[in-house]
Amino acid sequence: MVSSENRRKLLDISGEDVTSCYQCGKCSAGCAMAAMMDLLPHQVIRLVQLGQVEEALASRTIWLCASCLACSARCPRGVSLPNVMESLRVTLLRLGGRHLDPVRLPADVLENAPEQALVAGLRKYT
Amino acid sequence: MRTGVFVCWCGLNIGGVVDVPRVVQEISGYPGVARAVDYRYMCSDPGQQLIKDTIREERLDSVVIAACSPGMHEATFQTVAESGGVNPYRCEIANIREQCSWPHQNEPGKATRKAVELIRAAVEKVRGDEALSALSIPVTRRALVIGAGIAGMQAALDIAEAGHEVVLVERLPHIGGHMAQLSETFPTLDCSQCILTPKTSEVGRHPRIRLVTNSEVESVSGYVGNFTVRIRRRATYVNWDLCTGCGLCTEKCPSKTPSAFERGLAKEPAVTIAFPQAVPHKPVIRAEACRHLTSGKCGVCEKACPVGAIDFEQQDLLLEEKVGAIVVATGYDLHPKAKVGEYGYGVYPDVIDGLEFERLNSASGPTQGEIRRPSDGKVPKEVVFIQCVGSRDQENGYPYCSKICCMYTAKHARLYKHKVPDGQPYVFYMDIRAGGKGYEEFVQEATDEGVLYLRGRVARVFQDGDRLVVFGVDTLSGKKVEIHADMVVLATAIVPASGAKELARTLKLATDRYGFFSEAHPKLRPVESLTRGIYIAGCAQAPKDIPDTVTQAGSAAAKVLALFSAERLSHSPTVAAVDEELCSGCGVCVEACAYDARTLDVRRRVAVVNDVLCEGCGTCAVACPNGATRQKNMARSQVLSMIDAVVG
Ligand SMILES: Cc1cc2nc3c(=O)[nH]c(=O)nc-3n(C[C@H](O)[C@H](O)[C@H](O)COP(=O)(O)OP(=O)(O)OC[C@H]3O[C@@H](n4cnc5c(N)ncnc54)[C@H](O)[C@@H]3O)c2cc1C
Ligand code: SF4
Ligand code: SF4
Ligand code: SF4
Repeated sequence: MVSSENRRKLLDISGEDVTSCYQCGKCSAGCAMAAMMDLLPHQVIRLVQLGQVEEALASRTIWLCASCLACSARCPRGVSLPNVMESLRVTLLRLGGRHLDPVRLPADVLENAPEQALVAGLRKYT
Repeated sequence: MRTGVFVCWCGLNIGGVVDVPRVVQEISGYPGVARAVDYRYMCSDPGQQLIKDTIREERLDSVVIAACSPGMHEATFQTVAESGGVNPYRCEIANIREQCSWPHQNEPGKATRKAVELIRAAVEKVRGDEALSALSIPVTRRALVIGAGIAGMQAALDIAEAGHEVVLVERLPHIGGHMAQLSETFPTLDCSQCILTPKTSEVGRHPRIRLVTNSEVESVSGYVGNFTVRIRRRATYVNWDLCTGCGLCTEKCPSKTPSAFERGLAKEPAVTIAFPQAVPHKPVIRAEACRHLTSGKCGVCEKACPVGAIDFEQQDLLLEEKVGAIVVATGYDLHPKAKVGEYGYGVYPDVIDGLEFERLNSASGPTQGEIRRPSDGKVPKEVVFIQCVGSRDQENGYPYCSKICCMYTAKHARLYKHKVPDGQPYVFYMDIRAGGKGYEEFVQEATDEGVLYLRGRVARVFQDGDRLVVFGVDTLSGKKVEIHADMVVLATAIVPASGAKELARTLKLATDRYGFFSEAHPKLRPVESLTRGIYIAGCAQAPKDIPDTVTQAGSAAAKVLALFSAERLSHSPTVAAVDEELCSGCGVCVEACAYDARTLDVRRRVAVVNDVLCEGCGTCAVACPNGATRQKNMARSQVLSMIDAVVG
């Protein structure tokens, strides 16, 4: 269902008004993670514009986004996609039960994963 | 004083917010007001009749119209007042629409009070207004046209054909503008040179067009009907009076450097005629490339010339012309592709822009019209065209749409397909804007002919071996796409011609923030500038195609001709005046005036005003430390009583 209420809720979290996006797709065209994504970045933005956030929340894309800013640097309309991705993740994390708990990480992950990856992972998933 | 106040409802525009009957009631008792009436549309014929009748019945000596902005109807109501028998300069407008009902829509009570105050102030102003009569000025029936692209040429021809002399100033050595660089033109695919040369040669031989090429306007003074223009004709180092245009010099010259006309895709000699059909067909020496002018050596051309026309000593020439009207037609440039880093950093030779493609496709161009890519001369088999490069990109370019690139990209893709039938053109687009007679059909044919359109922007282009990798997206399928292309053509944004802002300063004209010349009204006065007697045409005003450019040029010419049809012109008499008793001759006002309307009479040591130059802005009146300068019908006493009427 199309809903402007949902769009506004995300706007409150991200501060990013996605209505300015004109769906040119330049973000997706340059996204390094696009091959792994089920929805392309511009499609996530479109779903947010329509307020159909369930589909965006269920996608792998929001977790795969590396927040590299390649998209927002190129976006002709000044949309900060990483902020929107973050607001979607935060929406889910606020529901609870999805946090990354360092104590419960398998030992081999803790030992072998680069520290930077752990820090980034904790930042993103908590 | 017997003032009539006429309050307009403007339908619901004013009447829907301001309580008009109440305003009429309150203002009726104000000192000096003989009668106050309201009407639904004061500008309508019955409204105007009401004003005239009331003037007669009440023997009014002044009127106040409370209505829309004076920018809309001041002239209308001044004429009505005059035909009713009231001096037109004793007619004042109280703007109760733009300055009252519109901005205060949610506060009708306060808006009503403000309307009353604005009207009271106008009554106070009119109380002090003198009866004036318009100033009359002569007209020089001769026009200056700046820029000789299709816009400037068309305007010059139309004015000259109507019987007036035209001075046509062009910065380059030749006329024709960008049209001379185009190969074929949408929507009919006729050869650009073939439709252009009849115009250029007509301009070249027209008895009433004085062609001044290789030249620029240095300064402009004066006012409508009476401009004085200084033009600098840069040295060509060739005496064009002697030169026969045989071209022997250009064949012999050993110093070859990239040609601007060929957009760097070919080299040309230092002494050059840019293209075969150039008008005037005379060479110029490009000083920066000439061995003789840079190091004193060579001089081969001088020996080659059979008529001794080479003149290394030639100097710039300063010309002065008197004209009555000016048409600005300086056209456009393309946003430099080097500024679009993500599409090749301006370094990959096979990433070219639209005009370069035109040159590749031109029979007289660097490849004799064969589509061969710049790096190795191979015929490209996969070509990617990218639209909206720099356009519609507020973050990294310009927010506006360049209007013509959808069309010329379709044209390029089709022309490529015609020349390389087994090649594949791809076009990345965001929207296709093809509003024009035969335009949509033209684009449809492109798809019929095998051009593949992909809806999406390209993120990056980079070189991989001898191919270019294009990272794009097709938003219709929701898929990222990667194309390995042999050549990439960028439809870069249309921007104002270099130097447009400086020229605007010379002419004291306004531009938008990008440098396109501003028209007086975006809908109703599209070819007039805000300065009387100066008009604009073609891409100097905004991006547009040839049909629109020619239309606008004709329209600018019509305005010039209308101006030239008057015996004398009138000028508003509400100008500054000097009280010579008070003036100390300090000259502060002379410095303050932006229109050069004031001078100092050194002998009598007083400031004098040139009435027809004065725009009535009032800066001098404020600047004068002695209170010696007065703005007619905007005297200090008038302003003070207006303020009293509002705050008192
Ligand atoms: C790649 C490309 C393809 C195109 N193809 C088509 C097409 O197929 N069909 C179509 O209808 N339109 C086409 N156009 C648009 C067309 O080029 C323009 O509509 C047209 O050239 C505008 O004419 P103009 O006289 O306004 O400007 P210009 O052609 O730019 O002429 C302006 C002239 O003014 C001169 N000038 C600039 N500044 C000064 C100065 N300060 N003093 C003196 N002189 C000055 C310039 O040297 C130039 O000669 C194309 C445009 C591009 C970029
Ligand atoms: S680049 Fe910006 S405007 Fe284009 S689709 Fe992505 S978010 Fe929207
Ligand atoms: S005309 Fe077409 S290609 Fe050019 S800026 Fe406008 S939409 Fe983009
Ligand atoms: S500023 Fe005033 S006093 Fe000075 S010259 Fe001008 S009018 Fe006279």
